[in-house]
Amino acid sequence: MVDSIVVAEGLHKRFGTTEALRSLDLRVTEGTVCGVLGPNGAGKTTAVRVLCTLLVPDQGSASIAGRDVVRDADGVRKLIGLAGQHAAVDEKLTGRENLVMFGRLYHLGERRAQARADELLERFDLTDAAGRLVRGYSGGMRRRLDLIASLITAPPVLFLDEPTTGLDPRSRNEIWSSVRELVAGGTTVVLTTQYLDEADRLADDIAVVDHGRVIASDSPERLKAVIGSRLDVVVSTVDDTPAAAAALARLTGNEPTVDGTTVSAAVHERAVSLLTAVREMDAAGVAAVDVALREPSLDEVFLALTGKPAEEEVAA
Amino acid sequence: MNAMGWALADGWTVMRRNLTHLRHSPGEMVGVLISPVIMIVIFGYIFGSAIPVPGGGNYREFLMPGLFAMGATAAVMVTIARVAADNGKGVMDRYRSMPMARSAVPFGHTGADLVVGAVGMAIMAIAGLIVGWRVHNGLWSTLAGFGVLLLFTYAFNWLGVLLGLLVRNEETADRLTPLFFPVTMLSNTFVPTEGMPSWLRTIAEWNPVSALVAACRQLFGNPGAPVSDVWPLTHPVAATILWSLLLLAVVVPLATHRYRIAGRR
Repeated sequence: MVDSIVVAEGLHKRFGTTEALRSLDLRVTEGTVCGVLGPNGAGKTTAVRVLCTLLVPDQGSASIAGRDVVRDADGVRKLIGLAGQHAAVDEKLTGRENLVMFGRLYHLGERRAQARADELLERFDLTDAAGRLVRGYSGGMRRRLDLIASLITAPPVLFLDEPTTGLDPRSRNEIWSSVRELVAGGTTVVLTTQYLDEADRLADDIAVVDHGRVIASDSPERLKAVIGSRLDVVVSTVDDTPAAAAALARLTGNEPTVDGTTVSAAVHERAVSLLTAVREMDAAGVAAVDVALREPSLDEVFLALTGKPAEEEVAA
Repeated sequence: MNAMGWALADGWTVMRRNLTHLRHSPGEMVGVLISPVIMIVIFGYIFGSAIPVPGGGNYREFLMPGLFAMGATAAVMVTIARVAADNGKGVMDRYRSMPMARSAVPFGHTGADLVVGAVGMAIMAIAGLIVGWRVHNGLWSTLAGFGVLLLFTYAFNWLGVLLGLLVRNEETADRLTPLFFPVTMLSNTFVPTEGMPSWLRTIAEWNPVSALVAACRQLFGNPGAPVSDVWPLTHPVAATILWSLLLLAVVVPLATHRYRIAGRR
């Protein structure tokens, strides 16, 4: 078995009456990106907080590079970086002051803290904003600064808690390319996300989390193969939907769902393509307005894995 | 560097961060800068016009040690607000996920707030000198007076850290403010205790703020020496130092422990 740098075994955590983690297991291979995918309240953030020594689990154990997150919390803290949805930077300082302060707290020494701050600001394209108070930064800039702050000591393991939630597409792309750059440098990344496409683009392995435990864990390709892509056919009138549904069922072998004028079915076979879909509709005499083959959404992943839609719990 | 050295270095870094906040937002200092002036006007000229000083003397000379002590006590509010505000922010999570000394954040907060308190006290002293307050016992006695004030301030800063960690958010911290006025009023700060009903007088005489005020009057040579035979008022300097050290001995370990476990359960 390949060595896992991040290991969580049977983690339990309860907040009052809410069970945030119910026996969560996770293993992350060194130098890979693990995408922890799940809806709001599934326990992703709680799991990350336990792994980052911010929370003590009620039961179970976790370790980073063999160091226990509870018994050797300080040892773990030397190995990890944390960046998250709640940008953990000081709003009342400038971007550069933030980085220099964190550098000092990592005991780099004054001169190296300054040099490292300038180097990272330059590398992540924040030099122009370096002297401005973070209060005035856009959401994307804050997230980027937050990400940079977790990189000051180039930690071997980086935790990114929903790094792109609430960001515009351009900022999302910037964060994604930053993460790819880090992974190329050998950093192990644990990334939580609500977006399947984000996990798909960045992760080597995806752990799907629901109600505080991992319900599926595999490579994105195999996970998608299990779930299948979706074939959407939009027809011009509702009257056409039964014929379209019948044609889709014939083509994919799966039961289609109908929503207004959109008929949709899971696709598991590679032989099914846009072209065969269009031909099938033609043969059935259905006038399709649009035919699209797309990735399943998180909701559809959950439906496939749990047999029920993803439901949101109150986030703890 | 050893663990102790790093703890001090980290505390210094956090203290500089807090002082940098003030440099970027000088508006936050306005309260510290103008409240002494307001206090002197309200108490020195409005209430003071009707309050006789025991043993005679200028009421404003009687008042200034009380206002200094009030400033020292208000230190608790400054720190509560800052700690409560900081604690909800993500930056605290980052601190806690870093291999830095756990005590650095509370030491940094109290260090920075002590600097703010000292600035406030200097402004208060200048304002006092303008309205006729004087020190009468020479340099060393004067320095000792301010030393006692700063020690008391520091102890109350630490009390503020503990309370700030307990209240958890800024709104609750704000609501606590009015509760601290009775603490300063129930003392010899503005009026002599002799005229109070006896049960109230006992509370006022044992109030640590009274010892601090009496210590300042003694060291600065200002009028209003207490005519009481309770120990804290017959030995006000020793009593103030003891009260402050006792408070620090209780609150520093509690506050650092509280900071260490905050959010972990």
